[in-house]
Amino acid sequence: MSPDDASLSAGLRPFDPMSVREDFPILSTLVYGKPLVYLDNAASAQKPRAVIDAISRVYETEYANVHRGVHYLSQKATDAMEAARERLRSFINAAKVQEVIFVRGATEGINLVASSWGRANLKEGDEIILSEMEHHSNIVPWQIVAGQTGAKLRVVPIDETGTLRMDEYEKLFSPRTKIVAMTHVSNALGTVVPIAEVIRIAHGHGVPVLVDGCQAAPHMAVDVQALDADFYVFSGHKIYGPGGIGVLYGKEALLDAMPPYQGGGEMIDTVTFAESTWADLPFKFEAGTPNIADSIALGAAVDYVASLGVERVHAYEDELLAYATEKVGALNNIRLIGTAKEKVGILSFVMDNVHPHDIGTILDREGVAVRTGHHCAQPVMEHFDVAATVRISLGLYNTRGEIDAAVAALDRVQEIFGR
Amino acid sequence: MNDLVDLYQDVILEHSRHPRNCGPCEHPTHDARGNNPLCGDRVSVCLTLDDEGRIEEARFEAKGCAISVASASMMTEMIRGKTAAEAKSLFDRFHKLVTGQSEPGTDESLAELDSLSGVRAFPTRIKCATLPWHAMTAALEGKDEEVKTE
Repeated sequence: MSPDDASLSAGLRPFDPMSVREDFPILSTLVYGKPLVYLDNAASAQKPRAVIDAISRVYETEYANVHRGVHYLSQKATDAMEAARERLRSFINAAKVQEVIFVRGATEGINLVASSWGRANLKEGDEIILSEMEHHSNIVPWQIVAGQTGAKLRVVPIDETGTLRMDEYEKLFSPRTKIVAMTHVSNALGTVVPIAEVIRIAHGHGVPVLVDGCQAAPHMAVDVQALDADFYVFSGHKIYGPGGIGVLYGKEALLDAMPPYQGGGEMIDTVTFAESTWADLPFKFEAGTPNIADSIALGAAVDYVASLGVERVHAYEDELLAYATEKVGALNNIRLIGTAKEKVGILSFVMDNVHPHDIGTILDREGVAVRTGHHCAQPVMEHFDVAATVRISLGLYNTRGEIDAAVAALDRVQEIFGR
Repeated sequence: MNDLVDLYQDVILEHSRHPRNCGPCEHPTHDARGNNPLCGDRVSVCLTLDDEGRIEEARFEAKGCAISVASASMMTEMIRGKTAAEAKSLFDRFHKLVTGQSEPGTDESLAELDSLSGVRAFPTRIKCATLPWHAMTAALEGKDEEVKTE
């Protein structure tokens, strides 16, 4: 059955990017008099009306502090926030709703695990396996806890296409290996890591795995139970939700055994000056008044994506990435950075004799928003011996016409620099 | 589109393609590195001062965009023969030009540097033009740590 047949039988409307675009008010912005071509989705995605409206609705009709008030609005806000948690549970197919922890974003989720799980489980000489293509947010928290505990980082290399070297990965395991922290999709290259296989191998050694799903969750179906992921994190703002909110999924047994990350209100059961006891999951890891409105709006964001059909979004973006790769790759003087067989949503490249920042500035004047720089993945830049790349990253509202506009703007770069 | 033409003037592209004084100094008396942590651009500047405190030689090495390389190239040409105080004063006037506090074409002593005034229309690119100058200043002041863009 094709993805379209599957979605028709699931009762979903056909995927139409032009009607999807109407759901995103910001896409009608003019930039220097030209239509906005927003191709910086891996940095942060734009928001559909459903998310913007959800935020307004919360503050206009259902806002109060949660989980403690006996009054009407407090109950309403609590119900809405817990309903959002349930939507997120369903979106990633977690077994239990208490395994879904609201955090500020993937960065906080990784720091939480590195700090709480890491300090309880790591000691001198222990090893943490990462990949060469991690975002800095999945390197630095582990470096910090390694510095505190005497553990060491071991790095799985990538090959010249930006594909994870699975043969090298297997070799890195030793009796000192305590955890694997790995991206699902590289933010700088778009490489899809065979994360189910990565997890299977780690589990074969009795080692848990944290998955950084920031660049996967917006583009492909994520099923944490099918993957058997121990921890899975993603940021709300990259999946069409608000900034300042994200999800840490963790298996209940692991989360239960971990000490709190931050202390404060909401995360306690009883407090005396002699000692305190901790609340049950998920609240043990949600100290302080949470980001109520954005949690609820993140629920609206994943509802929105689910209403379009995650598999259809994936298929549409795959086709668009293939189109962009062909068109950009056909330009003179372009070198694609990251040519793995399995990719989603990201096209990184450099141009001979023109620095990415100069390309970014010229594209911007044509209304085309791309990211230029090291993409918070300096080890990847070093691997490919470049200081920076230009990165086109796709969202579900991008079109072939926008890729054509980006290619025309790249022609303009050649015109300015080739004269 | 005119501001792009202003930004990437021929003289800037020429300097970026054929930078002057590019490469290490043999016996520098002063050196420093500059880093723009936001974009990863790096530049290092080395200076050789003579007995009278004048800059006898200025060279640079950079991994950066056309603007930062052209700015570094022009800088190393312009500060040769100047004292530390004169070089810093030149940076002061250049800084005013690229941040829009002085008008292009009004200060003849800036010479070719005037061509970089186009960055004023591109706030995110001003630091590209000033990074080599910050490194030069740090070298003159004997600062060991890497300087970062403001």
